[in-house]
Amino acid sequence: MSKPKYTIAVTGLNAIDSPGPGLSVIKALREAKSFTVRIIGLSYESLEPVIYMDEMVDKTYQVPYPSAGQDVLFDRFKYINSIENIDFLFPNFDAELFNFISIESRFKEELGIKMFLPTMDQFNARHKATLYEFGLKHKIKVPFAKLAYNTNEITPVATEFGFPLVVKGKFYDAKIAYTVGQGVQHFNKIASEWGLPILLQKFIYGTEVNVCGVGDGKGNTIGMIPMRKLYITDKGKAWAGITLDSDPLLSITKDLIATTKWKGAFELEFIKTTDNEYYLLEINPRFPSWCYLTVGAGQNQVESLVNLGMGKKVKPFISYKTGKMFIRYSTDMIVDLKKFEQISTIGEL
Amino acid sequence: MKIRNNVALSDSGFLFNPSSGDSYSLNETGLFIVHCLQNNKSEDEIIKEVTKEYMIEKGSFEKDFYDFKKLMESFNLID
Repeated sequence: MSKPKYTIAVTGLNAIDSPGPGLSVIKALREAKSFTVRIIGLSYESLEPVIYMDEMVDKTYQVPYPSAGQDVLFDRFKYINSIENIDFLFPNFDAELFNFISIESRFKEELGIKMFLPTMDQFNARHKATLYEFGLKHKIKVPFAKLAYNTNEITPVATEFGFPLVVKGKFYDAKIAYTVGQGVQHFNKIASEWGLPILLQKFIYGTEVNVCGVGDGKGNTIGMIPMRKLYITDKGKAWAGITLDSDPLLSITKDLIATTKWKGAFELEFIKTTDNEYYLLEINPRFPSWCYLTVGAGQNQVESLVNLGMGKKVKPFISYKTGKMFIRYSTDMIVDLKKFEQISTIGEL
Repeated sequence: MKIRNNVALSDSGFLFNPSSGDSYSLNETGLFIVHCLQNNKSEDEIIKEVTKEYMIEKGSFEKDFYDFKKLMESFNLID
């Protein structure tokens, strides 16, 4: 029986030092066993590297920033879809998810484009600002955190928890403060970039471990693989990592997906303490940039997500290989000015 | 003293702990001891085997052996 061929659009093409997940998602899609693909890249900037990787993307279109609103986004996709007839769409950035979740059903009904995203309630419940309450509700340890709107709030929080203290932006960025002075500095820097409020979080000592997985929206975990970062860049991103064998972590993940009926891809970020306790730091409602490791470890979770979105029956993975590593690298591509000109002027390549 | 079941060990002495993601390089003596542990040898049996294999005095080896054991415990490699 011949495999279906899907046209799949993917964002997150910024394969830079703090990479978007797009390239890993595309690599996983190209290794799918149950279908073949035509890949449509969706870019925000003309210098996103994956635009120029001809072996990865078949065609790229620029799309409007999330701040342009849902109507502008819809109109752009209407145009792209009239040419490409997209089957499935992979939004890969946190910041664009609100819009795509909001217009998911409109995309399906009016354009025939399918997605497999968390519900708006799931998306909102796991925000950094409400994660502590989320942890209480689902009986998962989450470091205590307080929302702050003013630098004056740092001292009372530090008096209660002591230093170091984690200063976090509401969407991105986190820095560790060892003094009030540092706390104020981090607060102002992050607030100027990402706005208020700022999250002041108790620092938990331990090792960071992450889980990449997929929930089917009915309480079943389709795939999950834990990973420890082996090499971390100055931006806190994994440059190398290794799959782990961790029954407690898998059990926490499975319970969380069952109680929340999580729909779609996720990355859970935990701290494992020296007492072997796991504290949940973040839930990212999308695949992480290291998701290609799941393919190497025997679970093509990206392929599973597409099949779920296309309404196919998907069996949960029951095993994976531990001790599989990923190591990122950077390289230079040589690109003709003509290509840069084309994506910059007409927004297509 | 038992080495954890999921710990992977290569012939060259490269040891991988899949629970933590940590890896270690053992020297010849370390590898010998871990092989003994994998074969369920008791502490007394290991001390006996090493002193026989390497012509080292029991008292001298015991000190190093208990240091090695403490280190393995701290790395969560043994139960």
